[in-house]
Amino acid sequence: MTSLIWQRARSGRASRSSLRGAGLDQNASELTFANRGPFSARLEWFSLPLLLVLWQGAAMVAASRFFPSPAVVAAEVVDLTLHGHLVKDFAKTLLRTFLGFVVAMGLGGVLGFVLGRVRGLDRLFGPWVVVGLNMPAVVIAVICYIWLGLSEFALVLAVVINKTPLVITTIREGVRSLSPDYDELAAVFRMPMARRIRLIHVPQLMPFVMTAARTGLALIWKMVLVFEVLGSDGGVGFRVGIFFQYFDMAGILAYTVVFVAMVMLIEHGALRPLERRVARWRQDPP
Amino acid sequence: MTIALTQMRFSAATEPLFGVFHLNVAPGEVVALIGPSGVGKTTLLRMIAGLEPGYDGRILIGGAPVNVAPPPGFVFQDARLLPWLDAAANLRAVRPGMTDTEVEELLARVGLAGLGAAFPRQLSGGMQRRLGLARAISVNPGLLLLDEPFVSLDRAVVADLQALFRTIFAAENPTVILVSHDPEDAARLADRVVILADRPLRIAADLRLTGTGADRSPQDVARLVETILTAQLEVRR
Repeated sequence: MTSLIWQRARSGRASRSSLRGAGLDQNASELTFANRGPFSARLEWFSLPLLLVLWQGAAMVAASRFFPSPAVVAAEVVDLTLHGHLVKDFAKTLLRTFLGFVVAMGLGGVLGFVLGRVRGLDRLFGPWVVVGLNMPAVVIAVICYIWLGLSEFALVLAVVINKTPLVITTIREGVRSLSPDYDELAAVFRMPMARRIRLIHVPQLMPFVMTAARTGLALIWKMVLVFEVLGSDGGVGFRVGIFFQYFDMAGILAYTVVFVAMVMLIEHGALRPLERRVARWRQDPP
Repeated sequence: MTIALTQMRFSAATEPLFGVFHLNVAPGEVVALIGPSGVGKTTLLRMIAGLEPGYDGRILIGGAPVNVAPPPGFVFQDARLLPWLDAAANLRAVRPGMTDTEVEELLARVGLAGLGAAFPRQLSGGMQRRLGLARAISVNPGLLLLDEPFVSLDRAVVADLQALFRTIFAAENPTVILVSHDPEDAARLADRVVILADRPLRIAADLRLTGTGADRSPQDVARLVETILTAQLEVRR
């Protein structure tokens, strides 16, 4: 009986009273909310078209070259792709972002793990992390450019120096919250360190890694663009800087639209599938 | 197994948990450690497992110190499975070389045939304990350390699990140390009951039970429970 009501509840056909009768009251509100799921999902599909309609309307009202319509921006995207530097600029920015992200995550992950595990090192180097967290990003970029010149290395290094303390802090918190029960399990069965890290520590740290990755990527995108404006020979930030000098709003918005599309692609094409895979053990069986 | 301690304390300021303490366990013997909560039963089990190294004295397993002896098959109070690994991977986490056939055979022995791909959250409490037992057997079927393996389970599940333990004991003839606060667990499974008391910890009574867990009728169990309870009462006096 209960399982039948559960099936109905999952398919949205159970009444709240039948759930209460089956002793599933505490789940009733959750299920009722879940029943709204398909409609909410459909609403999400209308979100971006609605934004475009509002943008078009506002552009028509403003009727200014500083407020181009979506159609104008779309045409600009096509033009910049075919005749401009859009593809080359995005390739450069993507590569810088990728390098900065990988190095900062790797370095911050290892350092965060060590500081989370070794109290003495955390006491010694913890204040350095605080300093790193509070250093203005632009100052670090300027210092790197002055010391190392306007090079790719200086730009990526500035990104890494800015981002690594944030990764360290997140991973260190994760390490501090590792369950001692599982450490005890590993100790009693004499699990070697490499297996402990792979099977016991890393799975517990994955939510923290995902948080660091998501916030890190968002931060690194923005930093790379700002540093490209400050000093580089190409990239999205560099090009937007040039558009700014000519007050070319269509160009700025064209790059912005492609940039947002790329971020959404990474979010839905890489981060969310990865997150689902990591959380597979928490999900209901198919 | 030989346990010969002269002292163990958790910090310099506290009274020692163990003074001079001797316990010998013969190979294949099922020994139940019984005593009030907090007396030091679990600590003793953890010392045998090598989890509490800070003591004076020696604990020898098959003539070797605990840090050199093969790891024991340990069953925790909670199932303590790795929730992100399926049942088969939980077994391989502690014994990586197991083949698919070995995993399936072991799961079948504990009544979990065909559930190798199930995650712990998909198993009932009793099934999780069975998987915990399978994990312990996979590591060392010759020495099983059971830390209150039946807590938080209803009596029907406990009866099923105890039947499973008896089957495993009969098949593997392991040396078993069972920590429990319940005389009935001891009466159903053990060959010998060691009643622990006081601080520093001492053996207040050492009872040899007649027959084996598998042979005992409900009347035998009731009589042995009575014997253990009487011994505990005398210790308290």
